[in-house]
Amino acid sequence: MSLYQVQKFLYTLNRDSGLQQQCRENAERLLDDYDLTIDERKALANGDIGLLYVLGVNGQILMHYAAFLGIEWFDYLDRMREGVRKHGPVRAGVYAMTGGGESFTEEERRR
Amino acid sequence: MTLVYAGVCSHAPGITGRADLVQNKALRDEFYAALDEERRQIEAVQPAAIVVIAAEHFANFFMDNMPAYCIGTGEKHQGPIEDPDWLGIERREVPGAPELALILVKEIMQTVDVAYAEEWRFDHGIMVPLHFLTPRYDLPVIPVNINCQGPPLTPLHRAWAFGEALRRACDALPERIALVGTGGISHWPATPDSGRINEAWDRAFLDRLLCQDQQALLSYDDVTTYREAGQGGFEIRTYIAAAAAARSPGTLKFYTAELPIFAVGCTVARFDLAH
Repeated sequence: MSLYQVQKFLYTLNRDSGLQQQCRENAERLLDDYDLTIDERKALANGDIGLLYVLGVNGQILMHYAAFLGIEWFDYLDRMREGVRKHGPVRAGVYAMTGGGESFTEEERRR
Repeated sequence: MTLVYAGVCSHAPGITGRADLVQNKALRDEFYAALDEERRQIEAVQPAAIVVIAAEHFANFFMDNMPAYCIGTGEKHQGPIEDPDWLGIERREVPGAPELALILVKEIMQTVDVAYAEEWRFDHGIMVPLHFLTPRYDLPVIPVNINCQGPPLTPLHRAWAFGEALRRACDALPERIALVGTGGISHWPATPDSGRINEAWDRAFLDRLLCQDQQALLSYDDVTTYREAGQGGFEIRTYIAAAAAARSPGTLKFYTAELPIFAVGCTVARFDLAH
């Protein structure tokens, strides 16, 4: 697994507005510069927050990336939960889901 | 004695970015008012610069070269790195204090191997506190990062030693310096558990912090902290460094675990430097 490469791509993207524009136009081409597995490449090309979360992308990097993608906050939380339901527990890092996927805010429960 | 203000506060991005989603707006505004009182306190002591000890979140450093401690020596900084609409803070330049920062670096190096960086991009860890504490962004900022994200992390006793070195360096300056440590206490940010808060853990930590109980503060370990306070709990390093720099007890000005939409126990505290 090349989690380091996945995170390096996102770290670089999060910091560079020029790169973000290129990513909007052709993400696949940017990914050529990184040593990624097929699943990692697909997750990044599709903005698959759930799979990236399960792969172990650091939450701060992933949160900034989700904001770049324009994903609304509660939707972002749902996508991570859906990732765990679909792919199993988080595989690396310190941002694992500790509960059963329940919401911890009244605002989310009432939406 | 040129350290003229020392405090700690939360920095979670939801504090500004999800302000409109909060149901309990009265409590939110009480929190904002507590931060605004710290703004008045800082303005009253007329500092030449503010040192912000933050837990950087991969805005500047990555695992290809991750310093345990770093100080920003640039003439100006940019932030936020995040989408401004998402964070609720406009992108802007913030003045630095390169001459003062370099003096701090040199003095701290006498006892702690601190890195320095002339380029620094602010993320929510610094922009959210500045939004409330220096809302005109006219006070020069010296950013300090303690790696709380990419393990292995600096031991807590080193964070304390860093705070002591920072205080010694501030005292060597004729200029008046304000210092703020920012971070969460217990929290599980950027996970599906966002909003989970261990209030009892937070209050016990704050009690120890604000009575300068060094032995108790340094007795925390990352395994237990991760289990009881989440990965966000690793950010206690910034508070511990601030306490070591303050060398004095403090007062909790505001705390609530009842704004979980902000994904943190909202905290404002000030050390009593005249103690």
